[in-house]
Amino acid sequence: MEKIISYQSEIWIAIGQTFTMVGFSILAAIVVGLPLGTFLYLSRSGNLYENKGLFLLLDTFVNIIRSFPFLLLVVFLIPFTRFIVGTAIGTTAATVPLAIISIAYYARLVEQSLLDVPKGIIEAAISMGATKMQIIFKFLYREARAGLVFGLTTATISFISYSTVMGIVGGGGVGDFAIRYGYQQFETGLMTFTIIMMIILVQAIQVTGTAISKKLDKRS
Amino acid sequence: MIELIQVEKTFDGVRAVYPLSLTIPKGQIHGIVGTSGAGKSTLIRIMNLLEKPDKGTVKVGEKILTYLSEHELRKARQNIGMIFQQFQLVLNRTVAGNVEMPLELVGVSKKERKKRVEECLQFVGLSDKKDAYPSQLSGGQKQRVAIARALANKPSVLLCDEPTSSLDPKTTIEVLQVLRHIKETLGVTIVIVTHEMDVVKSICEHVTIMREGKLIDSFQIEPQGLLVNEDQYIEDLRKMAVVKK
Ligand SMILES: Nc1ncnc2c1ncn2[C@@H]1O[C@H](COP(=O)(O)OP(=O)(O)OP(=O)(O)O)[C@@H](O)[C@H]1O
Ligand SMILES: [Mg+2]
Repeated sequence: MEKIISYQSEIWIAIGQTFTMVGFSILAAIVVGLPLGTFLYLSRSGNLYENKGLFLLLDTFVNIIRSFPFLLLVVFLIPFTRFIVGTAIGTTAATVPLAIISIAYYARLVEQSLLDVPKGIIEAAISMGATKMQIIFKFLYREARAGLVFGLTTATISFISYSTVMGIVGGGGVGDFAIRYGYQQFETGLMTFTIIMMIILVQAIQVTGTAISKKLDKRS
Repeated sequence: MIELIQVEKTFDGVRAVYPLSLTIPKGQIHGIVGTSGAGKSTLIRIMNLLEKPDKGTVKVGEKILTYLSEHELRKARQNIGMIFQQFQLVLNRTVAGNVEMPLELVGVSKKERKKRVEECLQFVGLSDKKDAYPSQLSGGQKQRVAIARALANKPSVLLCDEPTSSLDPKTTIEVLQVLRHIKETLGVTIVIVTHEMDVVKSICEHVTIMREGKLIDSFQIEPQGLLVNEDQYIEDLRKMAVVKK
Protein backbone atom coordinates (compact mmCIF):
# COMPACT_ATOMS: atom_id res chain seq x y z
CA MET A 1 0.00 0.00 0.00
CA GLU A 2 2.76 2.41 0.91
CA LYS A 3 4.46 1.50 -2.32
CA ILE A 4 1.37 2.45 -4.25
CA ILE A 5 1.23 5.78 -2.48
CA SER A 6 4.89 6.46 -3.06
CA TYR A 7 4.48 5.78 -6.76
CA GLN A 8 1.30 7.82 -6.90
CA SER A 9 2.55 10.47 -9.30
CA GLU A 10 4.03 7.87 -11.67
CA ILE A 11 0.76 5.98 -11.62
CA TRP A 12 -1.16 9.12 -12.51
CA ILE A 13 1.21 9.91 -15.34
CA ALA A 14 0.88 6.35 -16.64
CA ILE A 15 -2.91 6.55 -16.48
CA GLY A 16 -2.79 9.84 -18.34
CA GLN A 17 -0.61 8.30 -21.04
CA THR A 18 -2.93 5.33 -21.41
CA PHE A 19 -5.93 7.63 -21.73
CA THR A 20 -4.14 9.72 -24.34
CA MET A 21 -3.20 6.70 -26.40
CA VAL A 22 -6.56 5.00 -26.12
CA GLY A 23 -8.41 8.28 -26.61
CA PHE A 24 -6.61 8.96 -29.86
CA SER A 25 -7.26 5.39 -30.96
CA ILE A 26 -10.98 5.82 -30.39
CA LEU A 27 -10.93 9.12 -32.22
CA ALA A 28 -9.10 7.59 -35.18
CA ALA A 29 -11.49 4.63 -35.17
CA ILE A 30 -14.51 6.92 -35.38
CA VAL A 31 -13.15 9.58 -37.72
CA VAL A 32 -11.36 7.26 -40.15
CA GLY A 33 -12.35 3.69 -39.28
CA LEU A 34 -16.10 4.31 -39.54
CA PRO A 35 -15.95 5.79 -43.05
CA LEU A 36 -13.42 3.15 -44.10
CA GLY A 37 -15.66 0.35 -42.87
CA THR A 38 -18.62 2.01 -44.58
CA PHE A 39 -16.76 2.12 -47.89
CA LEU A 40 -15.71 -1.49 -47.43
CA TYR A 41 -19.37 -2.35 -47.10
CA LEU A 42 -20.61 -0.09 -49.89
CA SER A 43 -18.01 -1.15 -52.45
CA ARG A 44 -18.66 -4.86 -51.92
CA SER A 45 -20.33 -6.51 -54.90
CA GLY A 46 -24.09 -6.10 -54.98
CA ASN A 47 -24.01 -3.02 -52.78
CA LEU A 48 -24.65 0.68 -53.28
CA TYR A 49 -21.23 1.73 -54.61
CA GLU A 50 -20.21 -1.63 -55.99
CA ASN A 51 -16.57 -1.29 -57.07
CA LYS A 52 -14.36 -4.36 -57.24
CA GLY A 53 -11.10 -2.40 -57.38
CA LEU A 54 -11.88 -0.20 -54.42
CA PHE A 55 -13.15 -3.10 -52.36
CA LEU A 56 -10.04 -5.15 -53.07
CA LEU A 57 -7.80 -2.22 -52.16
CA LEU A 58 -9.53 -1.46 -48.85
CA ASP A 59 -9.95 -5.10 -47.96
CA THR A 60 -6.28 -5.84 -48.57
CA PHE A 61 -5.19 -2.79 -46.61
CA VAL A 62 -7.23 -3.82 -43.60
CA ASN A 63 -6.02 -7.40 -43.84
CA ILE A 64 -2.37 -6.45 -44.08
CA ILE A 65 -2.53 -4.15 -41.08
CA ARG A 66 -4.40 -6.74 -39.08
CA SER A 67 -2.13 -9.61 -39.96
CA PHE A 68 0.98 -7.92 -38.54
CA PRO A 69 1.92 -8.99 -35.03
CA PHE A 70 1.31 -5.65 -33.34
CA LEU A 71 4.85 -5.17 -32.03
CA LEU A 72 6.22 -5.68 -35.52
CA LEU A 73 3.77 -3.17 -36.88
CA VAL A 74 4.99 -0.60 -34.37
CA VAL A 75 8.59 -1.16 -35.41
CA PHE A 76 7.71 -1.28 -39.09
CA LEU A 77 5.90 2.04 -38.83
CA ILE A 78 8.75 3.89 -37.11
CA PRO A 79 9.84 5.77 -40.28
CA PHE A 80 6.23 6.67 -41.01
CA THR A 81 5.69 7.81 -37.42
CA ARG A 82 8.79 9.96 -37.59
CA PHE A 83 7.51 11.48 -40.80
CA ILE A 84 4.11 12.30 -39.28
CA VAL A 85 4.99 13.58 -35.80
CA GLY A 86 8.70 14.28 -36.17
CA THR A 87 9.80 11.69 -33.64
CA ALA A 88 9.36 7.98 -33.14
CA ILE A 89 9.67 8.07 -29.37
CA GLY A 90 7.14 9.08 -26.71
CA THR A 91 3.42 9.01 -26.11
CA THR A 92 2.55 11.15 -29.13
CA ALA A 93 4.63 8.93 -31.39
CA ALA A 94 2.97 5.86 -29.91
CA THR A 95 -0.45 7.11 -31.00
CA VAL A 96 0.48 6.75 -34.67
CA PRO A 97 0.74 2.93 -34.91
CA LEU A 98 -2.13 2.68 -32.43
CA ALA A 99 -4.28 4.87 -34.65
CA ILE A 100 -3.42 2.78 -37.71
CA ILE A 101 -4.35 -0.52 -36.08
CA SER A 102 -7.47 1.04 -34.55
CA ILE A 103 -8.67 2.23 -37.93
CA ALA A 104 -8.21 -1.18 -39.52
CA TYR A 105 -9.71 -3.00 -36.56
CA TYR A 106 -12.81 -0.85 -36.23
CA ALA A 107 -13.34 -0.67 -40.01
CA ARG A 108 -13.77 -4.44 -40.02
CA LEU A 109 -16.27 -4.34 -37.18
CA VAL A 110 -18.19 -1.54 -38.90
CA GLU A 111 -18.33 -3.56 -42.11
CA GLN A 112 -19.68 -6.52 -40.17
CA SER A 113 -22.39 -4.46 -38.45
CA LEU A 114 -23.51 -2.98 -41.75
CA LEU A 115 -23.63 -6.40 -43.39
CA ASP A 116 -26.10 -7.41 -40.69
CA VAL A 117 -28.60 -4.79 -41.87
CA PRO A 118 -31.25 -6.51 -44.01
CA LYS A 119 -30.87 -5.62 -47.69
CA GLY A 120 -34.61 -5.04 -47.90
CA ILE A 121 -34.32 -1.89 -45.81
CA ILE A 122 -32.07 -0.38 -48.46
CA GLU A 123 -34.51 -1.31 -51.19
CA ALA A 124 -37.29 0.34 -49.22
CA ALA A 125 -35.11 3.44 -48.92
CA ILE A 126 -34.43 3.48 -52.66
CA SER A 127 -38.12 3.05 -53.41
CA MET A 128 -38.81 6.13 -51.27
CA GLY A 129 -36.41 8.14 -53.39
CA ALA A 130 -33.63 8.43 -50.79
CA THR A 131 -30.23 9.74 -51.89
CA LYS A 132 -27.15 7.63 -51.21
CA MET A 133 -26.17 9.86 -48.30
CA GLN A 134 -29.65 9.51 -46.82
CA ILE A 135 -29.48 5.77 -47.21
CA ILE A 136 -26.18 5.65 -45.32
CA PHE A 137 -27.05 8.04 -42.52
CA LYS A 138 -30.78 7.58 -42.07
CA PHE A 139 -31.14 3.90 -42.81
CA LEU A 140 -27.86 1.98 -42.59
CA TYR A 141 -26.36 3.66 -39.52
CA ARG A 142 -29.75 3.80 -37.86
CA GLU A 143 -30.29 0.07 -38.13
CA ALA A 144 -26.67 -0.82 -37.39
CA ARG A 145 -26.23 1.56 -34.46
CA ALA A 146 -26.29 -1.07 -31.73
CA GLY A 147 -23.62 -3.08 -33.53
CA LEU A 148 -21.54 0.01 -34.17
CA VAL A 149 -21.54 0.90 -30.48
CA PHE A 150 -20.90 -2.66 -29.38
CA GLY A 151 -18.05 -2.90 -31.88
CA LEU A 152 -16.51 0.31 -30.61
CA THR A 153 -16.64 -1.11 -27.08
CA THR A 154 -14.87 -4.28 -28.14
CA ALA A 155 -12.39 -2.21 -30.12
CA THR A 156 -11.68 0.12 -27.19
CA ILE A 157 -10.78 -2.80 -25.00
CA SER A 158 -8.40 -4.06 -27.67
CA PHE A 159 -6.90 -0.58 -27.95
CA ILE A 160 -6.15 -0.67 -24.21
CA SER A 161 -4.48 -4.00 -24.67
CA TYR A 162 -2.45 -2.74 -27.65
CA SER A 163 -1.45 0.37 -25.71
CA THR A 164 0.17 -1.71 -22.98
CA VAL A 165 3.09 -2.64 -25.20
CA MET A 166 3.84 0.93 -26.27
CA GLY A 167 6.63 1.04 -23.70
CA ILE A 168 8.95 -0.17 -26.44
CA VAL A 169 8.75 3.21 -28.16
CA GLY A 170 8.60 5.14 -24.92
CA GLY A 171 4.87 5.53 -25.06
CA GLY A 172 4.51 4.84 -21.37
CA GLY A 173 1.08 4.01 -20.03
CA VAL A 174 -0.23 1.69 -17.38
CA GLY A 175 1.12 -1.46 -19.05
CA ASP A 176 4.61 0.01 -19.23
CA PHE A 177 4.35 1.07 -15.60
CA ALA A 178 3.42 -2.44 -14.52
CA ILE A 179 6.37 -3.90 -16.39
CA ARG A 180 8.97 -1.38 -15.28
CA TYR A 181 8.04 -0.90 -11.64
CA GLY A 182 6.07 -4.03 -10.93
CA TYR A 183 7.82 -6.73 -12.88
CA GLN A 184 11.37 -5.51 -13.37
CA GLN A 185 11.71 -4.18 -9.81
CA PHE A 186 9.98 -7.22 -8.32
CA GLU A 187 7.19 -5.16 -6.79
CA THR A 188 4.53 -7.84 -7.08
CA GLY A 189 2.09 -5.71 -5.10
CA LEU A 190 2.41 -2.84 -7.56
CA MET A 191 1.95 -5.18 -10.49
CA THR A 192 -1.13 -6.75 -8.95
CA PHE A 193 -2.52 -3.30 -8.25
CA THR A 194 -2.14 -2.17 -11.84
CA ILE A 195 -3.62 -5.40 -13.14
CA ILE A 196 -6.65 -5.03 -10.89
CA MET A 197 -6.98 -1.43 -12.02
CA MET A 198 -6.99 -2.56 -15.65
CA ILE A 199 -9.55 -5.25 -14.99
CA ILE A 200 -11.87 -2.73 -13.39
CA LEU A 201 -11.39 -0.32 -16.27
CA VAL A 202 -12.06 -2.94 -18.93
CA GLN A 203 -15.05 -4.22 -17.02
CA ALA A 204 -16.48 -0.73 -16.70
CA ILE A 205 -16.07 -0.06 -20.41
CA GLN A 206 -17.65 -3.35 -21.37
CA VAL A 207 -20.63 -2.92 -19.06
CA THR A 208 -21.23 0.65 -20.22
CA GLY A 209 -20.84 -0.22 -23.89
CA THR A 210 -23.14 -3.20 -23.67
CA ALA A 211 -25.75 -1.17 -21.83
CA ILE A 212 -25.72 1.66 -24.37
CA SER A 213 -25.83 -0.76 -27.27
CA LYS A 214 -28.78 -2.57 -25.70
CA LYS A 215 -30.61 0.66 -25.10
CA LEU A 216 -30.17 1.69 -28.72
CA ASP A 217 -31.35 -1.65 -30.05
CA LYS A 218 -35.09 -1.68 -30.68
CA ARG A 219 -34.97 -4.42 -33.26
CA SER A 220 -36.47 -7.14 -31.11
CA MET B 1 -51.31 5.31 -65.13
CA ILE B 2 -48.65 2.64 -65.52
CA GLU B 3 -47.49 1.61 -68.94
CA LEU B 4 -44.88 -1.04 -69.62
CA ILE B 5 -43.83 -1.33 -73.23
CA GLN B 6 -41.85 -4.38 -74.30
CA VAL B 7 -39.89 -4.56 -71.04
CA GLU B 8 -37.58 -7.50 -70.50
CA LYS B 9 -35.07 -8.59 -67.87
CA THR B 10 -32.39 -11.25 -67.71
CA PHE B 11 -30.31 -12.07 -64.63
CA ASP B 12 -26.97 -13.53 -65.63
CA GLY B 13 -28.37 -15.89 -68.22
CA VAL B 14 -31.71 -16.45 -66.48
CA ARG B 15 -34.68 -14.85 -68.20
CA ALA B 16 -36.86 -13.43 -65.43
CA VAL B 17 -39.18 -11.49 -67.73
CA TYR B 18 -39.62 -12.01 -71.47
CA PRO B 19 -40.58 -8.92 -73.50
CA LEU B 20 -44.05 -7.92 -72.40
CA SER B 21 -46.35 -4.92 -72.43
CA LEU B 22 -48.94 -4.03 -69.84
CA THR B 23 -51.13 -1.00 -69.22
CA ILE B 24 -52.74 -0.33 -65.87
CA PRO B 25 -55.35 2.46 -65.82
CA LYS B 26 -55.62 5.05 -63.08
CA GLY B 27 -57.38 3.94 -59.90
CA GLN B 28 -57.37 0.24 -60.69
CA ILE B 29 -56.48 -2.53 -58.26
CA HIS B 30 -54.42 -4.78 -60.46
CA GLY B 31 -53.35 -8.26 -59.39
CA ILE B 32 -50.34 -10.08 -60.77
CA VAL B 33 -50.35 -13.79 -60.04
CA GLY B 34 -48.21 -16.77 -60.89
CA THR B 35 -46.20 -19.50 -59.24
CA SER B 36 -42.84 -19.01 -57.57
CA GLY B 37 -40.16 -17.84 -59.97
CA ALA B 38 -42.68 -16.67 -62.57
CA GLY B 39 -41.11 -13.21 -62.58
CA LYS B 40 -43.85 -11.36 -60.68
CA SER B 41 -41.48 -9.58 -58.31
CA THR B 42 -39.15 -8.66 -61.12
CA LEU B 43 -42.07 -7.20 -63.05
CA ILE B 44 -43.41 -5.07 -60.20
CA ARG B 45 -39.89 -3.89 -59.33
CA ILE B 46 -39.49 -2.78 -62.93
CA MET B 47 -42.44 -0.44 -62.36
CA ASN B 48 -40.37 1.82 -60.06
CA LEU B 49 -37.08 0.86 -61.64
CA LEU B 50 -35.86 -0.91 -58.51
CA GLU B 51 -34.96 -3.36 -61.24
CA LYS B 52 -33.76 -1.71 -64.45
CA PRO B 53 -35.22 -3.47 -67.48
CA ASP B 54 -32.65 -4.50 -70.09
CA LYS B 55 -34.92 -3.16 -72.78
CA GLY B 56 -38.29 -1.45 -73.03
CA THR B 57 -40.02 1.60 -71.65
CA VAL B 58 -41.59 2.21 -68.25
CA LYS B 59 -44.09 5.02 -67.99
CA VAL B 60 -45.75 6.03 -64.72
CA GLY B 61 -48.14 8.98 -64.85
CA GLU B 62 -46.67 11.52 -67.23
CA LYS B 63 -43.10 10.41 -66.66
CA ILE B 64 -41.10 7.96 -68.69
CA LEU B 65 -38.94 6.52 -65.92
CA THR B 66 -36.49 4.85 -68.24
CA TYR B 67 -35.47 8.27 -69.63
CA LEU B 68 -34.90 9.97 -66.30
CA SER B 69 -31.62 10.93 -64.65
CA GLU B 70 -30.83 9.55 -61.18
CA HIS B 71 -32.05 12.75 -59.60
CA GLU B 72 -35.28 12.88 -61.58
CA LEU B 73 -35.89 9.21 -60.91
CA ARG B 74 -35.62 9.78 -57.17
CA LYS B 75 -38.26 12.50 -57.44
CA ALA B 76 -40.49 10.27 -59.55
CA ARG B 77 -40.22 7.50 -56.97
CA GLN B 78 -41.72 9.77 -54.33
CA ASN B 79 -44.90 9.48 -56.35
CA ILE B 80 -44.75 5.66 -56.31
CA GLY B 81 -45.19 4.03 -52.90
CA MET B 82 -44.05 0.48 -52.36
CA ILE B 83 -44.67 -2.14 -49.70
CA PHE B 84 -42.97 -5.51 -49.27
CA GLN B 85 -43.66 -8.96 -47.91
CA GLN B 86 -41.20 -8.44 -45.06
CA PHE B 87 -42.50 -4.90 -44.34
CA GLN B 88 -38.96 -3.41 -44.34
CA LEU B 89 -39.61 -0.96 -41.55
CA VAL B 90 -36.72 0.81 -39.86
CA LEU B 91 -36.75 -1.16 -36.62
CA ASN B 92 -34.82 1.42 -34.63
CA ARG B 93 -37.43 4.06 -35.35
CA THR B 94 -40.89 4.33 -33.85
CA VAL B 95 -44.02 3.85 -35.89
CA ALA B 96 -44.36 7.62 -36.30
CA GLY B 97 -40.65 7.84 -37.12
CA ASN B 98 -41.11 5.36 -39.93
CA VAL B 99 -44.06 7.16 -41.45
CA GLU B 100 -42.13 10.40 -41.15
CA MET B 101 -39.18 9.01 -43.09
CA PRO B 102 -40.25 9.78 -46.69
CA LEU B 103 -41.26 13.29 -45.63
CA GLU B 104 -37.91 13.82 -43.95
CA LEU B 105 -36.11 12.72 -47.08
CA VAL B 106 -37.70 15.48 -49.13
CA GLY B 107 -37.25 18.12 -46.44
CA VAL B 108 -40.84 18.72 -45.31
CA SER B 109 -40.93 20.98 -42.22
CA LYS B 110 -41.21 19.36 -38.83
CA LYS B 111 -44.63 20.77 -38.13
CA GLU B 112 -46.05 19.59 -41.42
CA ARG B 113 -44.44 16.19 -41.00
CA LYS B 114 -46.14 15.73 -37.68
CA LYS B 115 -49.51 16.61 -39.13
CA ARG B 116 -49.09 14.33 -42.13
CA VAL B 117 -47.87 11.43 -39.97
CA GLU B 118 -51.00 11.73 -37.85
CA GLU B 119 -53.22 11.74 -40.93
CA CYS B 120 -51.54 8.67 -42.37
CA LEU B 121 -51.61 6.73 -39.12
CA GLN B 122 -55.23 7.58 -38.62
CA PHE B 123 -55.94 6.38 -42.14
CA VAL B 124 -54.53 2.93 -41.38
CA GLY B 125 -56.07 2.91 -37.89
CA LEU B 126 -52.85 2.97 -35.88
CA SER B 127 -52.89 6.40 -34.24
CA ASP B 128 -52.57 4.84 -30.81
CA LYS B 129 -49.37 3.02 -31.79
CA LYS B 130 -47.39 6.00 -32.93
CA ASP B 131 -44.76 5.77 -30.20
CA ALA B 132 -44.38 2.01 -30.36
CA TYR B 133 -41.46 0.32 -32.09
CA PRO B 134 -42.16 -2.07 -34.98
CA SER B 135 -41.02 -5.05 -32.91
CA GLN B 136 -43.97 -4.44 -30.60
CA LEU B 137 -46.53 -4.81 -33.39
CA SER B 138 -48.29 -7.73 -35.05
CA GLY B 139 -47.54 -8.56 -38.67
CA GLY B 140 -50.73 -6.93 -39.89
CA GLN B 141 -49.98 -3.79 -37.92
CA LYS B 142 -46.45 -3.66 -39.30
CA GLN B 143 -47.78 -3.86 -42.83
CA ARG B 144 -50.24 -1.07 -42.07
CA VAL B 145 -47.36 1.07 -40.83
CA ALA B 146 -45.55 0.30 -44.08
CA ILE B 147 -48.68 1.36 -45.98
CA ALA B 148 -48.91 4.59 -43.97
CA ARG B 149 -45.26 5.23 -44.77
CA ALA B 150 -45.84 4.57 -48.46
CA LEU B 151 -48.75 7.03 -48.44
CA ALA B 152 -46.90 9.82 -46.65
CA ASN B 153 -45.86 11.61 -49.83
CA LYS B 154 -49.34 11.27 -51.37
CA PRO B 155 -48.32 8.94 -54.18
CA SER B 156 -50.60 8.18 -57.11
CA VAL B 157 -49.35 4.60 -57.37
CA LEU B 158 -48.86 1.93 -54.70
CA LEU B 159 -46.85 -1.17 -55.55
CA CYS B 160 -47.34 -4.18 -53.27
CA ASP B 161 -45.03 -7.19 -53.54
CA GLU B 162 -46.68 -10.07 -51.66
CA PRO B 163 -48.18 -7.70 -49.08
CA THR B 164 -50.06 -10.39 -47.20
CA SER B 165 -47.94 -13.46 -47.81
CA SER B 166 -46.46 -13.56 -44.32
CA LEU B 167 -49.77 -12.76 -42.61
CA ASP B 168 -52.51 -15.00 -41.28
CA PRO B 169 -55.99 -14.88 -42.88
CA LYS B 170 -57.38 -12.49 -40.32
CA THR B 171 -54.63 -9.88 -40.60
CA THR B 172 -54.63 -10.37 -44.36
CA ILE B 173 -58.17 -9.03 -44.37
CA GLU B 174 -57.06 -6.10 -42.20
CA VAL B 175 -54.46 -5.14 -44.78
CA LEU B 176 -56.69 -5.73 -47.80
CA GLN B 177 -59.38 -3.53 -46.28
CA VAL B 178 -56.88 -0.73 -45.98
CA LEU B 179 -55.78 -1.21 -49.58
CA ARG B 180 -59.34 -1.07 -50.84
CA HIS B 181 -60.00 2.00 -48.73
CA ILE B 182 -56.99 3.67 -50.34
CA LYS B 183 -58.35 3.02 -53.79
CA GLU B 184 -61.82 4.21 -52.89
CA THR B 185 -60.94 7.38 -51.02
CA LEU B 186 -57.65 8.43 -52.58
CA GLY B 187 -58.00 7.01 -56.08
CA VAL B 188 -54.53 5.51 -55.91
CA THR B 189 -53.61 2.96 -58.56
CA ILE B 190 -52.64 -0.26 -56.77
CA VAL B 191 -50.62 -3.16 -58.12
CA ILE B 192 -50.56 -6.32 -56.01
CA VAL B 193 -48.20 -9.19 -56.68
CA THR B 194 -49.37 -12.33 -54.93
CA HIS B 195 -49.56 -16.06 -55.14
CA GLU B 196 -52.68 -16.10 -52.95
CA MET B 197 -55.77 -16.55 -55.10
CA ASP B 198 -58.02 -15.29 -52.30
CA VAL B 199 -56.35 -11.91 -52.41
CA VAL B 200 -56.98 -11.58 -56.12
CA LYS B 201 -60.58 -12.75 -55.87
CA SER B 202 -61.48 -10.43 -53.05
CA ILE B 203 -60.18 -7.05 -54.18
CA CYS B 204 -58.60 -7.08 -57.64
CA GLU B 205 -60.43 -5.61 -60.61
CA HIS B 206 -58.01 -6.86 -63.17
CA VAL B 207 -55.67 -9.81 -63.08
CA THR B 208 -52.50 -10.54 -65.00
CA ILE B 209 -51.19 -14.08 -64.96
CA MET B 210 -47.51 -14.84 -65.38
CA ARG B 211 -45.73 -18.11 -65.98
CA GLU B 212 -42.02 -18.62 -66.51
CA GLY B 213 -41.40 -14.97 -67.23
CA LYS B 214 -44.22 -14.62 -69.72
CA LEU B 215 -47.52 -12.83 -69.48
CA ILE B 216 -49.94 -15.59 -70.36
CA ASP B 217 -53.22 -13.78 -69.75
CA SER B 218 -54.65 -10.49 -68.50
CA PHE B 219 -58.34 -9.72 -68.02
CA GLN B 220 -60.87 -7.82 -65.98
CA ILE B 221 -62.61 -9.55 -63.08
CA GLU B 222 -65.37 -8.73 -60.62
CA PRO B 223 -63.90 -8.42 -57.12
CA GLN B 224 -65.92 -10.50 -54.67
CA GLY B 225 -65.31 -8.32 -51.67
CA LEU B 226 -63.77 -9.06 -48.32
CA LEU B 227 -66.67 -9.79 -46.03
CA VAL B 228 -67.35 -13.07 -47.75
CA ASN B 229 -63.84 -14.06 -46.83
CA GLU B 230 -64.09 -12.96 -43.24
CA ASP B 231 -67.39 -14.80 -42.75
CA GLN B 232 -65.89 -17.76 -44.46
CA TYR B 233 -62.95 -17.63 -42.10
CA ILE B 234 -65.14 -17.51 -39.02
CA GLU B 235 -67.32 -20.24 -40.45
CA ASP B 236 -64.27 -22.43 -41.01
CA LEU B 237 -63.19 -21.86 -37.43
CA ARG B 238 -66.65 -22.75 -36.12
CA LYS B 239 -66.56 -25.99 -38.02
CA MET B 240 -63.42 -26.86 -36.13
CA ALA B 241 -64.86 -26.01 -32.75
CA VAL B 242 -64.65 -28.70 -30.07
CA VAL B 243 -67.87 -28.69 -28.09
CA LYS B 244 -67.32 -28.94 -24.34
CA LYS B 245 -69.84 -30.94 -22.40
N1 LIG C 1 -31.34 -10.46 -58.35
C1 LIG C 1 -31.46 -11.61 -59.04
N2 LIG C 1 -30.36 -12.26 -59.48
C2 LIG C 1 -30.46 -13.41 -60.18
N3 LIG C 1 -31.62 -14.00 -60.49
C3 LIG C 1 -32.75 -13.42 -60.08
C4 LIG C 1 -32.73 -12.20 -59.32
N4 LIG C 1 -34.00 -11.86 -59.04
C5 LIG C 1 -34.77 -12.81 -59.60
N5 LIG C 1 -34.03 -13.75 -60.22
C6 LIG C 1 -34.55 -14.91 -60.95
O1 LIG C 1 -35.56 -14.49 -61.84
C7 LIG C 1 -36.66 -15.38 -61.85
C8 LIG C 1 -37.93 -14.64 -61.47
O2 LIG C 1 -37.83 -14.21 -60.11
P1 LIG C 1 -38.94 -13.37 -59.36
O3 LIG C 1 -38.43 -13.07 -58.02
O4 LIG C 1 -39.35 -12.24 -60.22
O5 LIG C 1 -40.11 -14.43 -59.28
P2 LIG C 1 -41.46 -14.37 -58.45
O6 LIG C 1 -42.56 -14.66 -59.41
O7 LIG C 1 -41.55 -13.12 -57.70
O8 LIG C 1 -41.32 -15.60 -57.47
P3 LIG C 1 -41.71 -15.74 -55.91
O9 LIG C 1 -43.15 -16.09 -55.87
O10 LIG C 1 -40.84 -16.86 -55.45
O11 LIG C 1 -41.39 -14.45 -55.25
C9 LIG C 1 -36.29 -16.50 -60.90
O12 LIG C 1 -35.79 -17.56 -61.66
C10 LIG C 1 -35.23 -15.92 -60.03
O13 LIG C 1 -34.33 -16.90 -59.59
MG1 LIG D 1 -41.53 -12.57 -55.56
